[in-house]
Amino acid sequence: MAVSATDPHQVTHRTIEAVWRIESARVIAGLTRLTRDFDLAEDLAQEALVAALEQWPQSGIPDNPAAWLTATAKRRAIDFFRRNAVAKRKHEELARELEALEQSSPDLDATLDNTISDDLLRLVFIACHPILPTESRAALALRLLGGLTTDEIARAFLTPEPAIAQRIVRAKRTLADKHVPFEVPRGLEFAARLSSVLEVIYLIFNEGYSATTGDDLMRPALCEDALRLGRILAELTPAEPEVHGLVALMEIQASRTRTRITSAGELVLLFDQNRAQWDQLLIHRGLTAIERAHKINTTRGPYLLQAEIAACHARARTPSETDWHQIVILYTELAQISPSPVIELNRAVAVSMAHGPQAGLTLVDALASEPSLARYHLLASVRADLLYKLGRHPEAHTEFERAAALTRNNRERDLLLARAASCEADPTKRS
Amino acid sequence: MRFMVIAKATPETEKAGALPDPQLMLEMGKYNEELLKAGVLLALDGLQPSSKGARVRFSGKSRTVVDGPFTEAKELIAGFQILQVKSLEEAIEWVKRAPNCSPTGEGEVEIRQIFEMEDFAPILTKEQIQHKVAKRAELPNQTANR
Repeated sequence: MAVSATDPHQVTHRTIEAVWRIESARVIAGLTRLTRDFDLAEDLAQEALVAALEQWPQSGIPDNPAAWLTATAKRRAIDFFRRNAVAKRKHEELARELEALEQSSPDLDATLDNTISDDLLRLVFIACHPILPTESRAALALRLLGGLTTDEIARAFLTPEPAIAQRIVRAKRTLADKHVPFEVPRGLEFAARLSSVLEVIYLIFNEGYSATTGDDLMRPALCEDALRLGRILAELTPAEPEVHGLVALMEIQASRTRTRITSAGELVLLFDQNRAQWDQLLIHRGLTAIERAHKINTTRGPYLLQAEIAACHARARTPSETDWHQIVILYTELAQISPSPVIELNRAVAVSMAHGPQAGLTLVDALASEPSLARYHLLASVRADLLYKLGRHPEAHTEFERAAALTRNNRERDLLLARAASCEADPTKRS
Repeated sequence: MRFMVIAKATPETEKAGALPDPQLMLEMGKYNEELLKAGVLLALDGLQPSSKGARVRFSGKSRTVVDGPFTEAKELIAGFQILQVKSLEEAIEWVKRAPNCSPTGEGEVEIRQIFEMEDFAPILTKEQIQHKVAKRAELPNQTANR
């Protein structure tokens, strides 16, 4: 028989880490409201964690570990304010509030549920504040909301630990210097701040998604961290369609994780992936998140549109079943709200699939003068492919070679050169 | 990593037509909501009594169907959740917070780790990849949705 996990001698650091991961964001959020200082709040929460690491192996894990951590941190806050002579009166006032709260009954704690959600959302908005550089936001979000250590974040982002620690310290100083309030933004500011939060979560996801087989496992785990943050946010702001859109996009992309990279670390493109291996549970969750967004209203933001494009692929059991007409509609809408040459190129590919290579080529040729795409190998390779399909093989040959010269990926270069060669070898080629 | 949290059956859950106690349903609902808010709950379902199910016994080439109910309640499953967490310890911490659903106060919940694809040998062999690459010329070009 295994021994109970509450047996004092069985309390391991891994268990305390697990409790920390579950509770830290809420503890820090609650303490930030009480102290009005989230840097201090995090320090106090960390001190409570250290106390747990010292005491729990002897005393066993308390019945309510979250309450223990919060109570310990609050006591330290009271001590801190008592010791600290600066702005004494304000701090005495806070200490009294804290004491009153500490004596509050468990019933009151239950009614504080909503407050906890509010605090957590305020913490999300602080950690992802747009005055901070994006990579600082990502580090802060993983640390404060995801419960990751600085070391884990450093490994995940392939950055030395002191650099990440420095990034976090600087971010906190900026937030303090600019007196960023601990609040949920209102009105017009809300949308801009929310999009900053979504950007950070998607950045974390993509860091994990771009990881390859040889990477430290902390990297692919970033996808799970981002999904968790997204799912938490979806429950905190259930009325925001773009939040559900981002969650749906991540769920559907994550459903392909197991098929998109070979054991040798090579990327497998969507059409070559074994669709039977796509994770149907995640696809189902993605489609459900899209439905949730649709129930709110009919407007579609960029994340929801991308999620719906991903859903078109997820629904097709084979590549030939893909609903390209729907994808064209979605890309057209996406290009209108967030115009970009890359989206336009994707739209051109979808158009060629829906309406034939000539229609696609017309759109691609219109992009030829786009300076940002001048050295973009995918523009050349898409154009080459369309020319090939139209039987214009000599032009396709030139274009494949140009694409091969532009790509930095060796495997892709080989592939493009092979296709260039196939244009020449083709006996049916027209001149 | 993912875990399946398996609730074992009790004489109560095996009673035909019996629905769970409303108070318990409420507590369980609250607990599940907490898991949802924490972003760790991927799926959950409850199972009907085994009287509504069957077993198919395999013996060489023959298949024998045995209709429910089945008697050994402790061996039966009453419901499950799929949790996505960082460690077994985290799954344990969540399970310890669940309300006790057993009418006698005695019950058991099992936590099992789900196989992920990474746990298996390579999905695509080198030859399969080569084959796909060779077939590429026939496939439509695509830039989006890596």
